[in-house]
Amino acid sequence: MTVHNLYLFDRDGVCLHYSEWHRKKQAGIPKEEEYKLMYGMLFSIRSFVSKMSPVDMKDGFLAFQTSRYKLHYYETPTGVKVVMNTDLGVGPIRDVLHHIYSGLYVELVVKNPLCPLGQTVQSELFRSRLDAYVRSLPFFSARAG
Amino acid sequence: MAIFSVYVVNKAGGLIYQLDNYAPRAEAEKTFSYPLDLLLKLHDERVLVAFGQRDGIRVGHAVLSINGVDVNGKYTADGKEVLEYLGNAANYPVSIRFGRPRLTSNEKLMLASMFHSLFAIGSQLSPELGSSGIEMLETDTFKLHCFQTLTGIKFVVLADPRQGGIDSLLRKIYEIYSDFALKNPFYSLEMPIRCELFDQNLKLALEVAEKAGTFGPGS
Repeated sequence: MTVHNLYLFDRDGVCLHYSEWHRKKQAGIPKEEEYKLMYGMLFSIRSFVSKMSPVDMKDGFLAFQTSRYKLHYYETPTGVKVVMNTDLGVGPIRDVLHHIYSGLYVELVVKNPLCPLGQTVQSELFRSRLDAYVRSLPFFSARAG
Repeated sequence: MAIFSVYVVNKAGGLIYQLDNYAPRAEAEKTFSYPLDLLLKLHDERVLVAFGQRDGIRVGHAVLSINGVDVNGKYTADGKEVLEYLGNAANYPVSIRFGRPRLTSNEKLMLASMFHSLFAIGSQLSPELGSSGIEMLETDTFKLHCFQTLTGIKFVVLADPRQGGIDSLLRKIYEIYSDFALKNPFYSLEMPIRCELFDQNLKLALEVAEKAGTFGPGS
């Protein structure tokens, strides 16, 4: 099992943080464009799903999978979106994404007066803690580290 | 019953078949006195709740009937405009039934082509080589399963998250499509499927799949 990459978006679609671990293929477009494409896709999926749903939804969109990877999605009531791509063997990881938000982003970025909100997170502490947390996950494999 | 609907999308993203197999009823009826303590608004020719969620009536629900008379769009079946009728104190007390608005055929066409693009973007943003598009999309109320054939036709099934056996159902639908749409001499490729045998066999396959899938909402 593997973690490929992780995106963190704020409510306006700004990519606050991006990191990758085992990513074999790049999208073939500049990173900034890729963030926009990813955010746009999630935005559309959200509206698609809320229209398609036969009953009223609570959490809404949770995850999708293709033949090669699985995208996990978590959104807070304030509109911060945590997106993690893993391989197909990983089950529901809502608690992990929630921890990245509440245990790392809120603690190290929102509560840090030196980190301006609404732009890419510069905090080295946040980056290293996030990296350590993701590497410690049970489904993060060390292969090709 | 746990398979909600089936969509067939051609390789250009056009919807060529749609079937609503089962729609759970989420409706709430309540008697109101003047003034109405909900804020209603007109959206896409429908009267929706904009504010004042209560008693099972949720924001986004549409007015389905007033005093037992059905509402079509912004008019009641007997030709009165809904917002005008509800704004008049003389008509109260009034009993209004709310529920999730049904998708119109235009919306279904739009959603099908929207999924077509999401499918393509899903494969473009893949971190792994050789990825297909979205095969399964999970939400808390339903799962969307998609199977794309080699010729580019997409079969999409919306089912309860606990419903099993959808992968074999998708292949079965492909088989039914090949047998009863493609082999029908009056069917033209990429065009909407209007074949009686296709309809019948699809409904049969859905019934079988619902029974075979181990966990339905009723179990």
